[in-house]
Amino acid sequence: MTATLLVQTLRDPASAARLSAPDWNALIAAARAERLIGTLAYRLEHAEVPAPVRPILADARTEAVREARQALWEADRARAALAPLNIPVVLLKGTAYAAAHLSPAQGRFIGDLDILVPRAALDAVEAALIAAGWEWVKPDPYDDAYYRQWMHELPPLIHRDRDRMIDVHHSILPLTARPKPDAAALLTDSIPISEGSLKGLRILSPTDRICHAAAHMLADGDLSGGLRNLWDIHCLLTDLAPSEDLPTRTAHHGLTAPVAQAQRLARHLYAPHEKPAPLPLQDRLIAKRLLATNAWGQETQKPLRMGYYLRSHALRMPPMMLARHLVTKWRKGHRG
Amino acid sequence: MRHSIALTIGPASFRIGSAWPAPIAQLAHLYRAYPTPPEGIADFTVRLEPSKPWRRHIRPSIHITGDHGLADAAPMALAHGLLAAEMGMNLQMALGWRRHLLLHASCVEKDGRALVMTGESGSGKSTLAAQLGERGWRLMGDEFALLDLHSGQIFAFPRLISLKNAAISVMEAEAAPDRFGPLLRATAKGDIRHLSPRADAVARMAEGAMPALLLFPRYGFAPEIRTVGQGEVFMRLTQASTNYTALGEPGFTALTRFVQTVPAHAIDFPSGEDAIALVEQLWAEAR
Repeated sequence: MTATLLVQTLRDPASAARLSAPDWNALIAAARAERLIGTLAYRLEHAEVPAPVRPILADARTEAVREARQALWEADRARAALAPLNIPVVLLKGTAYAAAHLSPAQGRFIGDLDILVPRAALDAVEAALIAAGWEWVKPDPYDDAYYRQWMHELPPLIHRDRDRMIDVHHSILPLTARPKPDAAALLTDSIPISEGSLKGLRILSPTDRICHAAAHMLADGDLSGGLRNLWDIHCLLTDLAPSEDLPTRTAHHGLTAPVAQAQRLARHLYAPHEKPAPLPLQDRLIAKRLLATNAWGQETQKPLRMGYYLRSHALRMPPMMLARHLVTKWRKGHRG
Repeated sequence: MRHSIALTIGPASFRIGSAWPAPIAQLAHLYRAYPTPPEGIADFTVRLEPSKPWRRHIRPSIHITGDHGLADAAPMALAHGLLAAEMGMNLQMALGWRRHLLLHASCVEKDGRALVMTGESGSGKSTLAAQLGERGWRLMGDEFALLDLHSGQIFAFPRLISLKNAAISVMEAEAAPDRFGPLLRATAKGDIRHLSPRADAVARMAEGAMPALLLFPRYGFAPEIRTVGQGEVFMRLTQASTNYTALGEPGFTALTRFVQTVPAHAIDFPSGEDAIALVEQLWAEAR
């Protein structure tokens, strides 16, 4: 569980002064494996670090700046493609943080472009993106039909020239998941970006950002990339104005449990100068899964990882549907 | 990882872990003259892992990965473990190095000036650099030349020279037997044997050199020299670079300066001796 070293250094950058050479090798490998090297590099920007570490962290910061520039350009291209539709287009996750200069953006790796649009506009959005050069990446008819019937997003599209992926969401959880977030309210309460080239695009409200990040991490998916997602949540919670009413909003979306769990985990792993409060068993298992990386950046705790992988499917759909899905996938020979 | 070694090659340092002892023992032998990473902290981690949990012991099969990896990397036989380690280090450089513009090229130096040779795999650039490295030139590398973004100098990345097929016997005639790794038969690129660079190339690996000549060698044709225009050189070097796009404007500026100041020729040759004669002729003209 060397990721403990990563979590500790993110929480308390001054603790880096006590690290040995093997610690540094382990920390850098774990940070790269968890895609937190850029975040770490900014946390340690003014810390005293050994000479060979300095260029490694400087490279990571340069890389993060490039990532953000590329992500914002991709958002701009989507803005241009969707502008004629006259619909609200909400940026989600990494791109939203970068566009609005929110604190999780600093050093953050940004992969795909995630946007949220009204469900009624999905067909028009799809057509406009395809006309602007995006193409399907999942040619399998079962996968395609599955996405369209049950998921909260279109099947992923990749731009043919820029090779960047876009995920078009109409909600923040699969339609088959038990919580039913209010997608219309996410759009209604979203905030316009008022300046710069992305003017006209929107981001989620402060409380909805937390609802989305927590739902994505804990009510969907298998916790891979979880330390990064939890760092986002930690930053969003830290920045939340005291006047915001988070409990009412999470209750409205049916996300009280995952948000509360995310708050406990974020406080436990990332909140500074606090003696970690004892966690309930469920949370302890998740924490163990989140920290399952060794000194070489390898995944450890294979059974626990497998457990959360299976759980991600159980969260996404009811048992009979899951059984049908698995049989279909198994017949296709695990493709996709 | 059960077995490991740490190395510095030119400006980059590596920590290589392996599930098996053999690749690490071979690296330790061939890289015996190379320093360990400064202060024990490596730029990159490379891992040679079993491709499936049971493939550590039963028909051992290596998955090459590390800080940077490819999802669809083909597994390799344990007998080719040394090649896997070399590919693992190349992978980290190709995907992760940002301190220089990386050119897929071989490079040798004489009198403080560098000769850079680039071309497809099989063009002869690696063999030519290996031969020159035994004949009065300092070998700077047979895979990557590192172009400094600020000074315009080329820096060395002198890992083991990867000799393929006919080049193996050519170099066996020129270098001492204790500088060679095991003969790796029937790899994806044919037979491969690794050659450790000469002691002077290792001792001076931190020294940069201003580039004086760029060649595009092509093995297997009648001897010919053609001048290559700056526009074509620029395009070919962007294609020969793994991090040109990632470096953004500083990469563009450094490459533009390189293209505008370094004379470039394409050379065709039917044999190694012809190639060396052409190189010496063009080198004398470039002075």
